[in-house]
Amino acid sequence: MTSLVIAEHDNATLKPSTLNTVTAAAQCGGDVHVLVAGHNAGEAAKAASQVAGVAKVIHAEGEHLAHGLAENMAAQVLAIAGNYSHILFPATASGKNIAPRVAAKLDVGQISDITRVDAADTFERPIYAGNAIAVVQSVDAIKVITVRTTGFDAAAATGGSAAIEQAAAAPASGKSSFLGNELAKNDRPELTAAKVVVSGGRALGSAEKFNEIMTPLADKLGAALGASRAAVDAGYAPNDWQVGQTGKIVAPQLYIAAGISGAIQHLAGMKDSKVIVAINKDAEAPIFAVADYGLEADLFTAVPELTKAL
Amino acid sequence: MKVLVPVKRVVDYNVKVRVKSDNTGVDIANVKMSMNPFDEIAVEEAVRLKEKGVATEVIAVSCGVAQCQETLRTAMAIGADRAILVESADELQPLSVAKLLKAIVDKEQPGLVILGKQAIDDDANQVGQMLAALADLPQATFASKVEVADGKAKVTREVDGGMETVELTLPAVITADLRLNEPRYVTLPNIMKAKKKQLDTVKPADLGVEIKPHLKTLKVTEPPKRSAGIKVPDVATLVAKLKNEAKVI
Repeated sequence: MTSLVIAEHDNATLKPSTLNTVTAAAQCGGDVHVLVAGHNAGEAAKAASQVAGVAKVIHAEGEHLAHGLAENMAAQVLAIAGNYSHILFPATASGKNIAPRVAAKLDVGQISDITRVDAADTFERPIYAGNAIAVVQSVDAIKVITVRTTGFDAAAATGGSAAIEQAAAAPASGKSSFLGNELAKNDRPELTAAKVVVSGGRALGSAEKFNEIMTPLADKLGAALGASRAAVDAGYAPNDWQVGQTGKIVAPQLYIAAGISGAIQHLAGMKDSKVIVAINKDAEAPIFAVADYGLEADLFTAVPELTKAL
Repeated sequence: MKVLVPVKRVVDYNVKVRVKSDNTGVDIANVKMSMNPFDEIAVEEAVRLKEKGVATEVIAVSCGVAQCQETLRTAMAIGADRAILVESADELQPLSVAKLLKAIVDKEQPGLVILGKQAIDDDANQVGQMLAALADLPQATFASKVEVADGKAKVTREVDGGMETVELTLPAVITADLRLNEPRYVTLPNIMKAKKKQLDTVKPADLGVEIKPHLKTLKVTEPPKRSAGIKVPDVATLVAKLKNEAKVI
């Protein structure tokens, strides 16, 4: 029984989500191998070989693997899939994109967003926006899984010394191509990995206000910025800040929700945070039902005051 | 070109579901059902492609119990031209749905299949990708913008950290993200017209697909409850609590 983790990386460094996935893989039992498929991804493969608990790194190089296109990545995984009992991806945009494609080609079901490994074939996963937890048992020979990174601790990034094995690149599909991307530049911690997350909602009223009120607080706390769907849809914050069922799932030490009512879709993305603080002027807002500390106040005065008090 | 839009009947997104006391599942008896919100976005996009003259026909498909007909009527009220119900009382897991849809794709030969990115009940986010794999088509998941021209689709996708744009050779599979569009409201006259549109019913066996579960649900439980918090009167108290009690700052 051996598990294969599909590394998420930018060719130079591993994404933190890979480390959480390694931990989940180790809990499935047996050795853990990591596939690093990319273009000029030698550095990422080296980083993967140093992760504690990794027995082997398989490194596949190809220009067509540079941007993680699902067609090419799935073909690469399938080329070696037969050797493994478990194939695990982080439940990120990239992992979710590729994993079902791999599962379908293997004619096995895929298990999405697991939060716990109960046994080698039994897993827990949230359904209905986190309002229920299902314990599911896979009846397939190969388990294809995406791992909710907030459900598992990160494996240590150093201390391992796995051998790196070069693998032949699977051919390109030729049916899809990467045209370009527009990635937000920021110096903040990554939203899903941050210890503190400061989130704003529709009550902020405008992108300027969002920036003016929320950014200083985030700066003060060294926090990542998040947003509710309403704030994102209104254009106050970029899409990739959205926390919730269909956005990012976070579980920081401290989550501060300002001007967020707390719809179930939003709660699904943050209710596993250790401490939740809600600042809202509506005493009836559902966010207060999950908040450890609730402050019933106008965020336009309370948030700057909080920033100053820190 | 034809556009195929798979739609799913799910518990309405406003309903807070309850776990059954025997832990076999969630209680969906007598609960309001609706079209999965992402599927509405997918139907809207398909109808817009038709209005732009890119698509010639929009076909809605749903797999499941007989009541899924209502979901298909909604899709036709938004603007789909006809509908296909793959009727089955069995539990349909994503891979089974993907196989049923693959059979429909083989038969209808659409130029584009647009699905929602995930259903809000099982939160799986799998069917579109699985269909693309089975039908050997390229895929663009989490689409926030779609442009179709010259046998290709240029799709902007929402990815972690921003956006990326990919180009697919048609036929292709696209899954819709929230911000792809704002679905229109269905009007009464369109609901009436939708009643007259063609709705065919087929069985999985007619499509040569055998339904088998890949995952057994052993138990469904309530998520752990958070202990009740407190309200603080002012910012100073909040800061003191965070520092001394919770020790998080």
